[in-house]
Amino acid sequence: MYVYSIVDFIPPLLDGAAVTLKVMVFSMMLAFVLSFLFGFMKLSKWKIIRFIANIYIEVFRGTSLLIQLFWLYFALPLMGVNIPAMTAGILAIGLNYGAYGAEVVRSSILSVPKGQMEASIALNMSPYKRLRYIILPQALLLMIPTFGNLSIELLKGTALVSLVTLSDLTFQAMSLRTTTMQTTEIFILLLIFYFLIGYPMTLSFKWLEKKLSVGRV
Amino acid sequence: MWDSNFAISIIPDLVDAMWVTLSATVSAFFVAAALGLVWTLCKRSSLKVLVIVVSSFVEFIRTTPLLVQLFFIFYVLPEFGISLSPFVAGVIGLGLHYSTYLSEVYRSGIESVPKGQWEAGKALNFTRPATWFRIILPQALPPVFPMLGNYFIVMFKETPLLSAITLVEMMQKAKIIGSSSFRYIEAFTIVGLLFLLLSYPASLLVRHLENKTSNRFNKAA
Repeated sequence: MYVYSIVDFIPPLLDGAAVTLKVMVFSMMLAFVLSFLFGFMKLSKWKIIRFIANIYIEVFRGTSLLIQLFWLYFALPLMGVNIPAMTAGILAIGLNYGAYGAEVVRSSILSVPKGQMEASIALNMSPYKRLRYIILPQALLLMIPTFGNLSIELLKGTALVSLVTLSDLTFQAMSLRTTTMQTTEIFILLLIFYFLIGYPMTLSFKWLEKKLSVGRV
Repeated sequence: MWDSNFAISIIPDLVDAMWVTLSATVSAFFVAAALGLVWTLCKRSSLKVLVIVVSSFVEFIRTTPLLVQLFFIFYVLPEFGISLSPFVAGVIGLGLHYSTYLSEVYRSGIESVPKGQWEAGKALNFTRPATWFRIILPQALPPVFPMLGNYFIVMFKETPLLSAITLVEMMQKAKIIGSSSFRYIEAFTIVGLLFLLLSYPASLLVRHLENKTSNRFNKAA
């Protein structure tokens, strides 16, 4: 039986990494937008808006990512809505992590000391200015570490798209495994690939946190 | 489209599979709780090598996907003569992955124990293990119980991944039902609802516990 060297595995895995990165970047953008949208909705003074935000957050946090993904990919087509695997993956991951992110946004804004809001009202700033110049700059700093952790979680979550036939890193590794049967090398390489994507992310969030908190208490 | 009669007819099957999901969650949680404590203690050891090895291992586990780790345990270990059933492989994988998270929880608990407690232990001539197990941990663990509860819920929600290594829990059952009847909507929706039904009340309970403990410990301080 022909024995492949590790070098043979790298090009297909790189192809997979490109798909993984694509899914990651797009779902991150979606999750980021949803986090702020629903995070602010949860802070709204209207009950109905808070209620809608609550439903979104609890449903997507209360069920699993895999269930949401399968629901979008396998169940929706039966109701006449066909979405490609890539879109289903990005939507499911974005919606799921957006729900977690919304909680982060909400709690960070709430943990900016109350006096800051009062001071900006006393200085006669408009609601927009209060948010833009006083509250958000402080709240964003509080969000960074948690958003950093969530990004790593999101990266790991992208491995699930391999189960809906998207040819990401994990999918490529699984198909290499069936053709070559060199399970050990392939999976070790696969773990290393994920680590090589994830670890720089961890480091850069730490760096960002440090850089932005310079000169602050 | 949605067929209520069919939906009702598959509920007993899915509820049966729920027991597998729950027992996998509970077993994995015990693995995670025990291993997590081991990581925490190792990271605080005076042996530099141990600290570095354990820290990098933990970082590696945290940064790579649980799904891949499950595949690794299920498909690679047999090549070295260790064949595990899907349930055992799943419990080990899930437990190992979340042990790295629980280790952080323990750390936060341990760091919130005042330094004077260590000094008191030393002053009273307690050995190091005795200081750990009779002074520090009894104070460090109760305040973090709600956080452990949160991770229990998180782990519960991760169990559908075990379907990827052929364990017949709720998700796999739903897939089997779906592929034999070509009706995926009912099965997946019910599984989703069952998860919501279990995890939402559980998270309310944890939130309640959280408020209670924080009141208690703040009062004491």
